[in-house]
Amino acid sequence: MAFPVEEKDGFAVVILKGEVDLNNSPDARKVILNCLKKNRPVMVDLSAVAYIDSSGVASLVEGFQYARSNDLDFGLIGVSDAAMSVLKLARLDQVFHIYESLPERVGRGN
Amino acid sequence: MECSDELVSLTFCSKPDRLKLLRCVIRDAADLVGLDDESTDAVVLAVNEACMNVIQHGYEMRPDGRIDVTILQETDAMVFLLRDYAKPVDIAEVCSRDLDDIRPGGLGVHLIKSLMDESAFLNLPAGNGNLLQMKKFVKRKGSE
Repeated sequence: MAFPVEEKDGFAVVILKGEVDLNNSPDARKVILNCLKKNRPVMVDLSAVAYIDSSGVASLVEGFQYARSNDLDFGLIGVSDAAMSVLKLARLDQVFHIYESLPERVGRGN
Repeated sequence: MECSDELVSLTFCSKPDRLKLLRCVIRDAADLVGLDDESTDAVVLAVNEACMNVIQHGYEMRPDGRIDVTILQETDAMVFLLRDYAKPVDIAEVCSRDLDDIRPGGLGVHLIKSLMDESAFLNLPAGNGNLLQMKKFVKRKGSE
């Protein structure tokens, strides 16, 4: 499954949907890193995620680390209850920048 | 006396796309037992993580490994037996990682320990793979 990317308000918005597991998390990782490698600020929309496992979470962590190393914006928007419960178990809800909807851009990155 | 009742067992190969089937079976078994929603989500994620560890680390992503999952109902618990035929797990290396060390990967064991009430590798004769037992005490729908 390919995860779509939409351009919105200066962000590349990567939309993860359905069940994100070992079968498709490599696709999620690839899409997220491709956007970041083009120096795009990235928001990952998790509003339609019904299930995510640690491999899906690892894709998000990799994006977070790449963005931090390259001074790019990276965050999560509309995190579903299912996704939030896993992020909380991993205590990553305190690490990621999490927004209800797209934040305003503050002149950082491209 | 503790009475165990086998609910279902399934065997599948170590392909990542089989995990979705596994989750469906676990969810239905939990529903049959009457597990509440929170506990159902917990066992689905924990057993998925355990099988994912087998696929990634035991079989190193080879698609032809065999995985057997047996789900039992005890009086007060659901029990999950996960058998693989991969190289023996080094128990000393199986530990939760420091969550303050932010990096991709390594969360599976932490999630299993957090979500299950008990988890332990059972002894098997050398060269016979690994047998992981995970137990979740039952909180039924509608109970406090």
